[in-house]
Amino acid sequence: MPRQDSLQGALDLMVLKILSRTPGLHGYGIMTAIQNTSEGVLRVEEGSLYPALRRMEQDGWLKAKWITRDAGRRARIYELTTAGKKQLAAEETRWQAGTSAVNRVLRMA
Amino acid sequence: MSAWFRIANVFSRRLNDDIDEELRSHIEDARLEGRDPTEAARAFGSPLRARESVRDAVVASWLESISADVFFGGRQLLKHKAASAAAIVSLALGIGSCVAAFRLIDAMLLRPLPVANPERLYVLTYDTSNEHGQAVTGDSFDYPGFRKLRAAVNGQAELMAIADAGRADLTYGSDLEMEKAYQQRVSGWTFQEFGLKPALGRLFTEDDDRAPGASPYAVLSYDYWTRRFGRNPAVLGKTFHSAGLYQIIGVAPPGFTGTDPGTLADFFLPMMTNPKAINEQNWHWFRIWVHVNPGVRPELVEQRLRAALHTHRQEQVKSWTGTPQRAIEQYLAEPVHMEPAAAGVSNLQRMYRRALAILGALVALVLLIAAANVANLMTAQAAARVREMALRVSIGAVRVRLVQLVLIESALLAASASLLGIGFAWWAAPFVVGMINPPDDPARLILPADFRVTSFAILLTFTVAILFGLAPALRASSVKPASALKGGDDPNSRRRLMNMLVAAQVAFCFLVHFVAGMFISTFQKLANQPTGFSSAHVLALETVSERELPQQAWYQTADHLSGLPGVESASAAMWALFSGSGWNGGVWANGHSPGGSEVPPWFLGVSPGWFETMKIPLLDGRDFRPDEAFPEVAAVNATFAREYFDGGSPVGSSFETVQEVNGRITHVTVRIVGYVGDARYTDMRRPIPPTVYVPFRTMVGRVVGRSDSATFLVRTRTGNPLALASMLRQEVHRVRPELRVSNIRTQDELVRRRTLQERMLATLSLFFALVALVLSGVGLCGVLHYTVFARRRELGIRIALGARAGHIASKVTLEIFAMLALGAAAGLALGVASERYIAMLLFQVKATDPAILAAPAITILAAAMLAAVPPVVRAIRIDPAQMLRAE
Repeated sequence: MPRQDSLQGALDLMVLKILSRTPGLHGYGIMTAIQNTSEGVLRVEEGSLYPALRRMEQDGWLKAKWITRDAGRRARIYELTTAGKKQLAAEETRWQAGTSAVNRVLRMA
Repeated sequence: MSAWFRIANVFSRRLNDDIDEELRSHIEDARLEGRDPTEAARAFGSPLRARESVRDAVVASWLESISADVFFGGRQLLKHKAASAAAIVSLALGIGSCVAAFRLIDAMLLRPLPVANPERLYVLTYDTSNEHGQAVTGDSFDYPGFRKLRAAVNGQAELMAIADAGRADLTYGSDLEMEKAYQQRVSGWTFQEFGLKPALGRLFTEDDDRAPGASPYAVLSYDYWTRRFGRNPAVLGKTFHSAGLYQIIGVAPPGFTGTDPGTLADFFLPMMTNPKAINEQNWHWFRIWVHVNPGVRPELVEQRLRAALHTHRQEQVKSWTGTPQRAIEQYLAEPVHMEPAAAGVSNLQRMYRRALAILGALVALVLLIAAANVANLMTAQAAARVREMALRVSIGAVRVRLVQLVLIESALLAASASLLGIGFAWWAAPFVVGMINPPDDPARLILPADFRVTSFAILLTFTVAILFGLAPALRASSVKPASALKGGDDPNSRRRLMNMLVAAQVAFCFLVHFVAGMFISTFQKLANQPTGFSSAHVLALETVSERELPQQAWYQTADHLSGLPGVESASAAMWALFSGSGWNGGVWANGHSPGGSEVPPWFLGVSPGWFETMKIPLLDGRDFRPDEAFPEVAAVNATFAREYFDGGSPVGSSFETVQEVNGRITHVTVRIVGYVGDARYTDMRRPIPPTVYVPFRTMVGRVVGRSDSATFLVRTRTGNPLALASMLRQEVHRVRPELRVSNIRTQDELVRRRTLQERMLATLSLFFALVALVLSGVGLCGVLHYTVFARRRELGIRIALGARAGHIASKVTLEIFAMLALGAAAGLALGVASERYIAMLLFQVKATDPAILAAPAITILAAAMLAAVPPVVRAIRIDPAQMLRAE
């Protein structure tokens, strides 16, 4: 596994978190969910969301399937695997530890 | 490689479609939400770039995981050097033997001829019976009949006459420099029909095959042109002598070496260069090939040919005299078939089809034994790695990834084994071909390392990798971390799988041993059959004359040879015993006539002194005198006396037979002057036939007979008779300049070559039996080691509580020996069932023979005992204190 830079780590963490709360979202859904929950502060680039989804699928954290929605349109929806749930827990801990460390530094300064 | 690219392409095209559809659906969603579609699309940048970056994420992570696994797998293999080496070597032997067997079987039986539309090629065959009344397949025809058949299917199929490829003596310069080459006579239009283009000069056309003797032309094979002439184009127009003068007019394209797998034709002649045979109704000397025209049903052609042949045979039998009505009716009723012949047809093919199939089955069994070994090794290793796997699962590895990890390790193992095995096959296949025929007349097969062989090897490697890798892989991936880290929940479940594999191994090993035992016993029995003559120290000089010589001249040459230093005696015969030639004739004697229950006798023309040279005992009467000739007198063997004269000495009696005088069959009366011991004529398997020896000298009516070939038999006083070969060759030519010795062989070798197939089967099956035994022993030893390892706690506690060594040994081995018994029983059942398929290759050997049954059982038991020693010693030496501390 390559070392993931923190921004990509943040994207992975957000995607995993959102999917753990509402499984079965498709790419567009995930994008809007991130946008809405962050009250419009965070905006995910389409160009990085989809590669990230595929990569996490390959790593076995997500599984995807095609469903047919209204009017015969198809969508590829994602949910967490067991490994994905573990990964989420691990990333979350790491993030908490990282941010609290940063917060401490900020407080000290 | 192209196949691989195609597979990769399909994969990537499907992936691209998938990605594109997902991105499209995203833009559509954005539009429905009220965003500007162009703006939404622009967010992705160029659609191609968007797709590529998504794709990279997929492919890169896949490749990355594979390369990591290959690296890790390689390290694992290197960590257990001894075990991996054992696994690789056993697999290499298995894979190598299989690839070698495939190369042979493919070259001999499966590979299509390099001609246009081989799938539309057939040969004509008919069901007939040999002189012992056994059903056999006949496929030789006469030329007048061929002409009629060709006319009968005109427009629907083309017929070609193609004779067997055979060895010929030829010379390009002086008569003394004789060479050997393989010639094949073919119909003039064959090359055209096969769609072949000349590499040099021209090939035959129908015009080269119109009148007997009119076109003395030869076409060389590309292979021969390369070997003999270094591809010199000046070969065109060159002439050579080979029972006639021929001019070289062209060279066939590379790859085409005739239609007989096992013999590579060096040059081709038109059928018409055998002028004596063209108008002979009773000379059957070539096969008929059928090339069915496109769109015509082969059954239709077959029907027409059947009718035409029936009409021809009705004509043919009119000229037969002395043939019983029953035999004629049988001849007329023989059904004709068209057999697909895309891979060519040869006698060698017919002879070795069954033997090669059995060898193929044996090597497959050896491969299975090797695969079972490796599966056991992998299982044992996986057991040792159960904690590593548990750790991987608990930190979040997915099941599929674990399967991939173990499978890649198996693939690495299989790949290195197959590299080694292919090396082995490269050496082994030509080695086996060398065993098929004697050194002076070798079977020659083209054994290319082409697409067919390579893909077979690759396919085999992958099958084997999956075969032995999948079970351990699935097992490893289903590991439950909690229980594994605690020390394992059911240590016996692995052992059950391993025990089953041991039982299967023993069954296969038993089967291989059983079959090998039957072949070895067959060879021993055949090789020890008495021949009735003494072949030691006897040389056979096959001699030809450029023109027919009076037979007296041959007698004089034999006399001259017998006076040379180092020669004990010398004589002449039409051919040597066991040379493959023979002469069958009908006899009327003592109330018996041809077509009765007796086996028709074999005839051989010999000079005075021949019985002495061959050391065939004279039981009564006398040898021939130099002035006596056939059909005046004859000597008969003991079987003849028994069958025709109820056992007593027939000296003084006479019998009738037929002789061709001026093209007419005439009855002649022959007086029996000698009564000799039984001697084998053509082979070791069949009972000795009634044999009639007649003087080599013949009288045809009132005319003294002439001959253009004979064989001198020379009994030498030297230890190695071949030491005299070159001196004898020169002497023959010096005494009669017309004579040339074309081939010198020892009589021993002539006899030996009749048991070559049996020798090959015995040698190869012995080799495979040894390999199977070693592999099974190694496997057994490994499984026992694992048993001791897995039960070390229990055994340690037992030893601590005072169990005796014998008790521990039986604890460890009992289960395995039960498996051994089970496997042996299964192997025995398989062996007895298989006898049916190999019975025709056996000689005086029965599967139910106790010796045949006991041999494998004893060998395997002994090997198992030996293999059990190290693990048992290890079990007894377990130090309970140390073991329990380690836990």
